Amino acid sequence: MGSISEVFQHLLNGLTLGGIYALIALGYTMVYGILKFINFAHGEILMVGAYVGMFAFDFLRGDMPYGPLMLVVFFIAMIIAMIISAVLGMAIEKIAYKPLRKATRLAPLLSAIGVSFILSNLAAYIWGTKSRKFDYPFDNTAYNIGGVAITPHQILILVVSMILMIGLKLYIDKTRMGKAMRATSLDQDVAALMGIDVNKVISLTFAIGSGLAATAGILVALDFKVYPTMGAMAGLKAFVAAVVGGIGNITGAMVGGILLGLLETFGVAVLGIPQGLKDTIAFGILIIILLVKPEGLLGKAEREKV
Amino acid sequence: MSLLYTKQLTRAYGGVIAVSDVDFSVEKNSISGLIGPNGAGKTTLFNNVTGMDIPTSGSVHFNDKDITGVPAFKISRLGIARTFQNIRLFKEMSVLENVMIGRHFKSGRSMISGRTVNALTSYMKMKSEEKDVYDKAREWLDFFGLDEARNEAAKNLPYGNQRELEIARAMATEPELLFLDEPAAGMNPQETDHLMSTIRRIRDLGVTVLLIEHDMKLVMNICEHITVLNYGKKIAEGNPSEIQKNPLVIEAYLGKED
Amino acid sequence: MINFLLLILIYTGLYALLALGQNIITGFTGLLSLCAAGFFAIGSYTTAILTVNYGWSFWFTIPLAGVLAALAGALIGLPTLRLKGDYLAIATLGFGEIIRNVILNWDSLTRGPMGINGIPMPTIFGMVINPYRKWGYLTLVWIFVIVFYFLLKRLTRSRMGRALEAIKEDEIAAYSMGINTTKYKVWAFMVGAFVAGCAGSLQAGFTLSVTPNTYTFMVSVMVLCMVVLGGMGNHLAVILGALIIQLAAEFPRLLGLSSTVPPQFKQIVFGLILVIMMIYRPQGIVGRKKVNYDKFVGNETRRVAKKSEVN
Repeated sequence: MGSISEVFQHLLNGLTLGGIYALIALGYTMVYGILKFINFAHGEILMVGAYVGMFAFDFLRGDMPYGPLMLVVFFIAMIIAMIISAVLGMAIEKIAYKPLRKATRLAPLLSAIGVSFILSNLAAYIWGTKSRKFDYPFDNTAYNIGGVAITPHQILILVVSMILMIGLKLYIDKTRMGKAMRATSLDQDVAALMGIDVNKVISLTFAIGSGLAATAGILVALDFKVYPTMGAMAGLKAFVAAVVGGIGNITGAMVGGILLGLLETFGVAVLGIPQGLKDTIAFGILIIILLVKPEGLLGKAEREKV
Repeated sequence: MSLLYTKQLTRAYGGVIAVSDVDFSVEKNSISGLIGPNGAGKTTLFNNVTGMDIPTSGSVHFNDKDITGVPAFKISRLGIARTFQNIRLFKEMSVLENVMIGRHFKSGRSMISGRTVNALTSYMKMKSEEKDVYDKAREWLDFFGLDEARNEAAKNLPYGNQRELEIARAMATEPELLFLDEPAAGMNPQETDHLMSTIRRIRDLGVTVLLIEHDMKLVMNICEHITVLNYGKKIAEGNPSEIQKNPLVIEAYLGKED
Repeated sequence: MINFLLLILIYTGLYALLALGQNIITGFTGLLSLCAAGFFAIGSYTTAILTVNYGWSFWFTIPLAGVLAALAGALIGLPTLRLKGDYLAIATLGFGEIIRNVILNWDSLTRGPMGINGIPMPTIFGMVINPYRKWGYLTLVWIFVIVFYFLLKRLTRSRMGRALEAIKEDEIAAYSMGINTTKYKVWAFMVGAFVAGCAGSLQAGFTLSVTPNTYTFMVSVMVLCMVVLGGMGNHLAVILGALIIQLAAEFPRLLGLSSTVPPQFKQIVFGLILVIMMIYRPQGIVGRKKVNYDKFVGNETRRVAKKSEVN
């Protein structure tokens, strides 16, 4: 298994990967919590967010040198991407999902698959299929701390995902709107009777989830570039993370994301699972979890009322 | 003789005990009622007896056979059929098809080949089997006065007829024991009267009927034996006049209904 | 031009088979499966490996391809029985990806990303069915479509078909009516996968080479589109769906516009079809097939006599 520093290295790599999964998983889980359906197009929103972030960043920075100002520009670009993705998320909900709220369970799911297809191919048409580089807003040379290599990018991921997750948790637990969201996820009809504007809550849920996805998209893109199908695999795995944690459960999504990141990293590094089958790990875990504890680690078992 | 009885049946969900230590029985060829305030555990008891849910402890016996934890699809094959509190019809399918599905396990048996092979190989056999199912289904539709509407989609029936169709579908399985979960809920007085006569006619076929109902007029009118649940516990049983006089029952309902 | 039309019709036939299989799983039983491509791939690779490496006759590989795909169907069906719609969709999607991943990485058997070439042309009574001449293969594929159409129609018009539809409509009620829902759900998966496996086999015999990137998620979505567009639970309708989708996908080339219409065009159209159909016509163009039992099995005269007996 190697030395202690190696273990820490894998731990760090796993945590950063997991942080990204968690950010994406939150979007799935929040939407599922309220509408009880999987937003298949979530991964594509992430992709659009990454493109927007990249364009905004490239436009704003000009030929600025590395430095604090560039980081500020980077965050501005990130916020622009979050806002545009949030608007996109809300628009998708209004157009493709809202008319189907009373339809069979299959309908919104199929509609979501359609939306995801439209978005990724539209992106390929407009921006081309070639992957584009998203430049680091800093010199990404790794620091070496006691034999563990940590890159500024990893620090960025950890800090950003931590701040967003804690922020979201506080927002949902402490604010009025957060309470409205929790109420709506428990029982939409009763929430509506209590004077909660359910449509507003649903829109907001899509906005927040999409914003988080955009951030995750940008963080992924720094390492793996931007391309039209980048959202598909990331989205799928994040969905697995959401299920592992317990879909509909916000803390669960965070836990599940980090856990999946760690499992993938250690699976490849320690168990020697070939890199080519890395993606299979996630689906293997998914199928096992669904069999053993379908409600996920932190989810509550749902009984269908007879 | 008791057709069905439970021994110390208990169902807990986490800390909440929905049904607690209930000894409960249904006499053969009777119309029995299960009543109690909302949340008393009536539907939970139903579900535990029909295999839709598994008791935490205690046992269920049908025809002196222990059927605790037997899955619902097998229980219906043993001769217990049921309806649901919030109607569960196959909405897009026709009235006729709904009842034909009730015939599902009564048909298609084959000694040698599996049913898939059977359906594929012998067209004549399949057709004659379908004919049996069809004829029986239409007999039941006749019984419930729904034959005229047989080609309508189930969801297009008036509410009262939907309730009766659900009963027809259950009867098509030719049960010994029929469970009705709030059959009169949402019915107007005429529909309720019609339902009462239907239930009596079902009993006259030799079928035992057990019903959960909030409509006390219906319960006191047609039930010969009534069991009362409150907070998951059995608080009384007896014939309608006994139940009406029982102080515990009056207490359970007071301030709720009257 | 005529050659290209024939090509479209051959692919329509192959996709019609996939759609017929998907229709059993999704259209009748209401299970949203997203791994048609996986079953298709298993079928193709079975034929490719057995004919190239082991010298099997093409014809014998077809049923085996179906059986292996059906086993894969059971494998995915069994664990997913406990899953509700959305979970099932993702699990099957994951399963499809696993199949593709395994094919990509199992070099010794599948030759990885290179794929398998040199599949011999199918022969019948000493005659070669040359895929390049198209007419022969077109006939072959459509014979399969017609045979499966009748077989599946027969299966679904029996008590089994009703049981499947009951599961789609209300699983709990179906369960309480004595239908072994678990068994039927696995069964639906197996039948659907079997058909898709046979389609895969036919595809291998047509293209004479197989590569993993033929069997992407795109294929699964396309097949789903055909079922949704034609009408869930209607065999003829999904064949129509396959034809429409194929024409939609290929019409830029048919009209000689392939240089002006971007390659993403067809996928965008599929996406639009799914969304628009769900909002405006969820039952599909044709809709569910209503069986007229009065005509199919009924015999009014005998019934009337019986009725008077009952009363």
